Amino acid sequence: MTAEEIYNSLKAKFGDAVLEAKLDALQPWILVASGRTKEIAFFLRDDPVMQFDFLMCLSGVDYNDGRLGAVYHLSSMVHRHKIVLKAQCTKENPHVHSISAVWGTANWHEREAYDLVGIVFDEHPDLRRILLPYDWEGYPLRKDYKVPEFYNGMKVPY
Amino acid sequence: MIESKTLPTRYVTRPGEIRTSSGKTLRTDEMIINMGPQHPSTHGVLRLEIVVDGEIIVDVIPHIGYLHRCFEKHAEHMSNYQQVIPYADRMDYVAAMNMEHGYAVAVERMLKLEVPERVEYIRVIMAELQRIASHLIAVGTFGIDAGAFTPFLYAFHDREHILDLFEMTCGARLLYNYIWVGGLSHDLPEQFVDKCKEFCVYFKPRIKQFNDLLTYNEIFVKRCANVGVLPKDVAINYACSGPMLRASGVNWDLRRDDPYSIYNRFEWEPQVGKGEMGTVGDTWDRHIVRMREMEQSVKIIEQALEGIPAGNVQAAIPKKIRPEVGEIYARTETPRGELGYYVMSDGSASPFRVKARSPAFVNLSVLPEISRGGMLADLVLIAGSVDIVLGEVDR
Repeated sequence: MTAEEIYNSLKAKFGDAVLEAKLDALQPWILVASGRTKEIAFFLRDDPVMQFDFLMCLSGVDYNDGRLGAVYHLSSMVHRHKIVLKAQCTKENPHVHSISAVWGTANWHEREAYDLVGIVFDEHPDLRRILLPYDWEGYPLRKDYKVPEFYNGMKVPY
Repeated sequence: MIESKTLPTRYVTRPGEIRTSSGKTLRTDEMIINMGPQHPSTHGVLRLEIVVDGEIIVDVIPHIGYLHRCFEKHAEHMSNYQQVIPYADRMDYVAAMNMEHGYAVAVERMLKLEVPERVEYIRVIMAELQRIASHLIAVGTFGIDAGAFTPFLYAFHDREHILDLFEMTCGARLLYNYIWVGGLSHDLPEQFVDKCKEFCVYFKPRIKQFNDLLTYNEIFVKRCANVGVLPKDVAINYACSGPMLRASGVNWDLRRDDPYSIYNRFEWEPQVGKGEMGTVGDTWDRHIVRMREMEQSVKIIEQALEGIPAGNVQAAIPKKIRPEVGEIYARTETPRGELGYYVMSDGSASPFRVKARSPAFVNLSVLPEISRGGMLADLVLIAGSVDIVLGEVDR
């Protein structure tokens, strides 16, 4: 399926949950509502013409204009097509619905995005920091991040 | 609670109970054991929190991040796209060539840049040599995990030959900074082709020897077969890749299925697990897939050596690369599986965001799933068969 067909069927099925798309980009992407990622993901995985069984990557991004985003790179081993899904939220209210129930791999990816970018994935079964210590403060991959001078009373050598 | 839909049932008892031979039931308690972060079989600094009921694993909770250096933050702070490459090296320090290759492919696709033919051939040779070197470490240390020390020394002996070839080419034995965006740092030295051919001739019988020594050893087979079975659907759902995925019977190799570089010009076959000694997707299958992949890599190298054209080893690109505003996700096949780089450009000379999707990180996330219901002593083996490099898991 081409990106345009995928976009059209998503639009037909989910209507206003599909916000925006850029189909002429290097890799076409579709922006969806952050609260409805789970149902859209289930549809993309289970629909026989879509069958996106493989979540290649999930990245958290700080766009440096007050928005944060989760970017999902999906591919299908059966139909050999790919699509990029995006969900965005604001820094003040960084909530995106978790999709770890759909693809098991999303569990750790979402923990990483929470850890480094600070996106809270609602209904995630185990949302803890994963790469940084559990008591670390702040989210390093945010553009306005300042390295703390001290961590637990120890000077941070940087 | 021992509950498992897909896993071998042979060890599973009802939780909290043991039935004695006289028919009495005894109550048992769960215990938590810490393995690592300093433990020889964790292949680095990995801590596993293991919940056991007697000797049976109830749950495994991996704690990672001990080697976290925030590669992605470093990458954002570089003043040039090329400067990211030495950092990419340091992610997977036993397969650095493949890490560089993946990054170079990603940025070149963003630039829509064609690199010279000669570069592609040399890159393939280097990537496949590195794959052999990395698999040698994987199978060697896997032997140690299973209690066989000698094969490890054989593996390291052969790996030295490959490292010598690398040293000859770019001066470094471990972290190369060799594959650059748009080309290579050096051309091949004069004797390289002959030396590399020599290595191929030398190495092929060594694979057989290694198989005789370890792979088909009765004790080793009994130790590995039916242990840590990863079913096909779980492997795909957890986005496992590389030998881990193929051992579960999924015929999927990015070199063939999402082609990059010039892999489609060579004759070779992706290797899949067939469950010859037990179940499809057990630890033995993961081992044999790596062994067979080495043979295939030699095949690719031999073909590539024949066809290296003359020419430049750098495409004409400006010193400061400024890709157009946009983003790309490019994936390549490293020894551990799918390495993806998600690169975003804002039009300036430094990347806006670089996310590395490292294969070992994703493969490790399935560890709890495949260890539950198994024996504690097998966990060392299962973790070894995943072939993790913690530098890449933690980035």
